Amino acid sequence: MTEQLTIVRKKKTLAGRIVSGLGNTVVNIVLAIVAIFWLVPSFGLLLTSLRGSGDNASSGWWNVFTKPTQLTLENYENLLSNPTITGSFWNTVVIAVPTTILVVVIAALAAYAFAFLEFPGRDWLLIAVIVLLAVPIQVALIPLARLFGQLGIFGDITGVILFHVAFGLPFAIFLLRNFFSQFPSELLEAARVDGANEWSIFLRLVLPLGLPAIASLSIFQFLWTWNDMLVALIFTSGDSAPLTVAIQSQLRQFGSNIDVLSAGAFLSMIVPLIVFFAFQRYFVQALLAGSQK
Amino acid sequence: MADTVATATPARTGNKPRSSQSGRKWLIIASFLLPALVVLGALVVYPIVFTAIRSLYDRSGDEFVGWQNYVTMFTNDTTFTAIKNNVLWVLVAPAACTILGLIFAVLLEKLRWKAAFRLIIFMPMAISMLAAGVIFRSMFQENPQLGTVNAALVAVDSVFSDAANYPGANPRPDVGIAAEGGIIASESEVAAGEQQNFPLVAIRQDDVPESAVQAAPAPDVGEDALSGTVWLDVVPGGGGTNGEISEGKRGLPGIRVDAVAADGSIAGSATTEDDGTYVIEGLDPGQPYRVALPASNFGEGFQGVSWLSSTFINAVVILSYIWIWAGFAMVMIASGLSAMDRSLQEAARMDGANEWRVFTRITAPLLAPVLLVVFVTLIINVLKIFDLVYVIPPGTSKPAANVIAVEMWTQSFGGGNDYGLGSALAILLLILVLPSMILNIRRFREERRS
Repeated sequence: MTEQLTIVRKKKTLAGRIVSGLGNTVVNIVLAIVAIFWLVPSFGLLLTSLRGSGDNASSGWWNVFTKPTQLTLENYENLLSNPTITGSFWNTVVIAVPTTILVVVIAALAAYAFAFLEFPGRDWLLIAVIVLLAVPIQVALIPLARLFGQLGIFGDITGVILFHVAFGLPFAIFLLRNFFSQFPSELLEAARVDGANEWSIFLRLVLPLGLPAIASLSIFQFLWTWNDMLVALIFTSGDSAPLTVAIQSQLRQFGSNIDVLSAGAFLSMIVPLIVFFAFQRYFVQALLAGSQK
Repeated sequence: MADTVATATPARTGNKPRSSQSGRKWLIIASFLLPALVVLGALVVYPIVFTAIRSLYDRSGDEFVGWQNYVTMFTNDTTFTAIKNNVLWVLVAPAACTILGLIFAVLLEKLRWKAAFRLIIFMPMAISMLAAGVIFRSMFQENPQLGTVNAALVAVDSVFSDAANYPGANPRPDVGIAAEGGIIASESEVAAGEQQNFPLVAIRQDDVPESAVQAAPAPDVGEDALSGTVWLDVVPGGGGTNGEISEGKRGLPGIRVDAVAADGSIAGSATTEDDGTYVIEGLDPGQPYRVALPASNFGEGFQGVSWLSSTFINAVVILSYIWIWAGFAMVMIASGLSAMDRSLQEAARMDGANEWRVFTRITAPLLAPVLLVVFVTLIINVLKIFDLVYVIPPGTSKPAANVIAVEMWTQSFGGGNDYGLGSALAILLLILVLPSMILNIRRFREERRS
């Protein structure tokens, strides 16, 4: 009886193996096609940005395969010798880096309080932070434009940074608190018994241990701010505009500006792509840790 | 409830510290918490309250108008289109991303190159929506010489449709053929068994397929057939007699030729060969027919789809969104899959369940919580969609693609100057994300309880 059963099973696995072998080939082919479909858009933009304006006006990027002489760095040379573009690139850095630092510092402090300090109303405050996670930035555009106007920082990089910090905080606090509260309580207890005060526990123990989460948060916040267009569109003007705003101003004449647009878009993608490829793991962890944003 | 979190909070000795100690304690708490609370209070909470109140006032903020802005929102055509489009987005985009992400995550496990595949699909998440918008707008340009998608469609179409196209073709004058309403036909009727030739002019050399060869006189046929030649009545470089086949004139292949009976019905048809000859068979012997080249021969042919027109613009913008966010869904679901205990699936396989049953009965239900998180995250995200809709549609199809966030921007900053209506639209967005906020709180509480 048992012998019979094993024979039946063996047959099934053999058939199953053939079926799954065939299936694997099909899956490989299908996913290869999907991968090509996913790559073509960015690849096309890259090749467009590497062709002169005359070529781009008369034919598509795929013509470089038959006429490789069309490849040129002309668009990038023009772009990098344009002070508006280089200025806006610098503005993007000046917006994204301080925003990231401020968010990490302020959120780490608050997350420490939420994870390790006891005070009345703590849970309610935490729930309030979670509520703020999903608040659309649209609700703050009009009042903050007014407020920044009164403070004299409307159109200024300071205003953009403040806006991003405010709307980055709920997610940042949530993510860091969740990470901090996984630390074994014995560690902190031991430090306290040794007479360390809260500040030295925060600086010497929690921050170093929390580094993976801080890295995730930094990368996420940096990309978020770097890629923003809406906030910058409203809260910057001329000299303070980041790359996204400088590029979108060319959209009106899309066809005749495609060489500027493609090279500019690619320029804006370079930093995020480097960050992404270098720290992919941390970026994914940030998304996994709190996906409410 | 506070006790359950106390795992990370060491019990303090002496629950009632002296007042100086208590003051110090509060000072410490404040120094950690206050920066965040001040920023959140001044730049997030206060604006919400301000916007809520502002939405009840008119455009300049002088006059209290009650619910008027909310009424306008649903009665004004532009704003109502925006709301309808948001509904379309919410119905299509999150589901499409989640389903694609699920399929990719499940199939991914069978790949040797899974890391590369994951990287390729996930990469668009890193770039700005502005860059993605520029990419999609240029891919979907209408001109098939420039737009990738239409170029591909036209190429595929020309492979599958053998009918050649000769846009702008005209009959050679004074040889017994005439053009009318795009059709080129014999001026008089032709009896079966005879011949009808079509010397044509005004055809671009580019439109003549490479297979075309020297035009040849049509073969003689029986009483139940008609024959003839269709050729380009021009000798490159000049020469030859107009209206006659001569050396250097090429036949026009792929043209459809109809024999139209006296009652107007098509009695037979044929397609020209590489040398331009055709033979229409199966006609009634001796009957008169008009021989016609239908207009379909002379149209521009398939030139792609106007993707960026009002009709398709929403589909294109949503597609660009899926290109970006399917990777997010895939990564989230894949991590859910890898965290899963596979013993149940193994047991089911041992019992002879096939892969589909294993997936639908065991894997999918176990994945449900992850799928829900992905789905809700995408819904919140889709409601606020701005950049892609701002970038991809050209001016003419912007109204058709409008969404709430873009309309809010237009009304308040993009020339509308109506802060009342702008505030009301912002509050509408806030109301729309409320259910997911409640879900977040519930999830948080459940996590703490467990």
